[in-house]
Amino acid sequence: MSAFAKPLKIALGLAVIAGLIIVPMNFNRYGLFILSQWAVMAIAAMGLNLTLGYAGQVSLAQGAFVGIGAYAAAIMTTHGWPLPVAVVVAIALSFAVGWVLGYPALRVQHHYLAFVTLAFSTLAFLVFRNESWLTGGIYGISNIPRPHILGIATSKPLPFYYVCLGSLAIVSLAVWWLIRSPWGRAFMALRENPLRAQSLGIDTKRYTLMAFAIGSALGGVAGALYAPLTQYIDPVPFNLSLSLDLLMMVIVGGAGFYFGPFLGAMIAVLLPEWLRFTEGYYLMLYAVAVMLLLIWSPTGILGILDRYLAERRTKAASALRAVAKSRLETVQ
Amino acid sequence: MSNLFDLLVAGLATGAIYALVAVGFTLLWQTSQTINFAQGEFVMLPAFLMLAAMHAGAPFWLAIILGILLSMILLGLAFKMLLVDPMMRHGVLPLAIATMALAIGIKEAVKQFFSAEASPFPSIVPTGDISILGHVVSLQSIGVLVLAILAVFGLTALLNRTSLGHQMQAAAQNPTVARIIGVPVERMILLTFLINAFLVALASLLITPIYLAKFSSGEVLGQAAFIAAIVGGFNQVRGAIAGGLLIGVLDNLAASYVSTQYRAAVPLIFLILVILFRPQGLLGRAEERTV
Repeated sequence: MSAFAKPLKIALGLAVIAGLIIVPMNFNRYGLFILSQWAVMAIAAMGLNLTLGYAGQVSLAQGAFVGIGAYAAAIMTTHGWPLPVAVVVAIALSFAVGWVLGYPALRVQHHYLAFVTLAFSTLAFLVFRNESWLTGGIYGISNIPRPHILGIATSKPLPFYYVCLGSLAIVSLAVWWLIRSPWGRAFMALRENPLRAQSLGIDTKRYTLMAFAIGSALGGVAGALYAPLTQYIDPVPFNLSLSLDLLMMVIVGGAGFYFGPFLGAMIAVLLPEWLRFTEGYYLMLYAVAVMLLLIWSPTGILGILDRYLAERRTKAASALRAVAKSRLETVQ
Repeated sequence: MSNLFDLLVAGLATGAIYALVAVGFTLLWQTSQTINFAQGEFVMLPAFLMLAAMHAGAPFWLAIILGILLSMILLGLAFKMLLVDPMMRHGVLPLAIATMALAIGIKEAVKQFFSAEASPFPSIVPTGDISILGHVVSLQSIGVLVLAILAVFGLTALLNRTSLGHQMQAAAQNPTVARIIGVPVERMILLTFLINAFLVALASLLITPIYLAKFSSGEVLGQAAFIAAIVGGFNQVRGAIAGGLLIGVLDNLAASYVSTQYRAAVPLIFLILVILFRPQGLLGRAEERTV
């Protein structure tokens, strides 16, 4: 890395953050809705990235946790509780359920784990749909209020977008800290070589459950924001395809890369919107784009960047070596 | 008890179709480690190909042949060459994700180019009821059951009794050794993709008259075949057959004895129990695990 790389990165980061704050100010209602949706999905995908990308546990249930969070928030806020309390409950609930779902991961791995979580996802959908005393069944829950944050009403699209963006920022910082903490390193050890992790004294059982629970809790956070964002929820958005979409976001962005979920959510939420001018073809084009990308780079978009940087580094290193060698020769 | 008998027959008939789809699913897994999340859409598509042929004026029998041929080209050959081959060396997960995208693509294409509404589909077995042992049974159920069982027997005979079948099994079980003893492994893998395409086309032909042709019908079917394959044993053809029949019967019994709301939950709970307590499946052999 050259000397100016770090300030450049910080400047780029600040520019992106400033852009996310300033540019949407004159967006219309729909544009703000899509951007808010991006922020919410990025949070959910970040949770899945923790479970899948860092700890290596395949989960097809993240959509169900978004659902759990959304229903918790919808039920509580329509009964007069403030949203922050509902978010805490959503986190606790998703964390607990995620912890329990982690137990199969202790017994089975890889595709079997994927199937257990897939079954859980569909079961959760059935509960959302059938327990109408709690969830309103197929009619769902409407008139979900948007919160007052620090005394400011966020019922308009722009203030609520800032709520979503702010939540994304908090979650991003927390995840940033987590993957650099000993826990994050333990997660990666779990992914790379569970047997060796165990022999190094890492309690693999506890960390596997933790990876599931924390990832799921972030799904819950996303859900708790999704409910006031759409102000109406029914079971349909939380069926299996949401879990599959979230998994696609993580893989397409780049599993195990910190910025992967941001990019993946951007592609999954914004690309179909940009392709909307093609009318009925946009989801088809999206599917083809995902397939082409995965054929080109199975590690996702950030995988391409990673490979490019690695190549450049080796080239730079070999150039340095060549220079050093020629210098040695001239000295002799 | 007449009710139970009817449920069993209907369950076996749908179960036999699940079995066809599940067998194809396990074949792909065995020979190329492909987890095909688009398998349900693979069943949905051939019915539309046949409908399109009929709209173009072909008689039903010709539409069936064209539909099967086209699905072998699209879902067998093209699927393998364009998606599976470039991605196989990158491991299981990226390919599985790519098939999820493929599922979206197929669904949307059918919705866009054909119809978003459910279309009726002619039955190849005569409809009506017959009486067996004093029970009135739908002729369609019997016909579907017989045809599906014939197909499954044909396939097992091919795999177990012919040299070609032995070569396919060798290619699936140990590609390296198979290559050494002269089995054309690549061609065998291609063959399993063609067989899968044939099986899903057949399943499509049998199940669409019952459930109508709709772009979204693959979701339920794919999941049922999935569950059948895992419950029976992911690495065994006979396991997939048993799993398919079991899930079909379980599904039908659950619909009338548990509740229509939670009928879909019964196979799922069964699946979770099987994975937790017998992950290799009811009839499968244990795979070596990384952990």
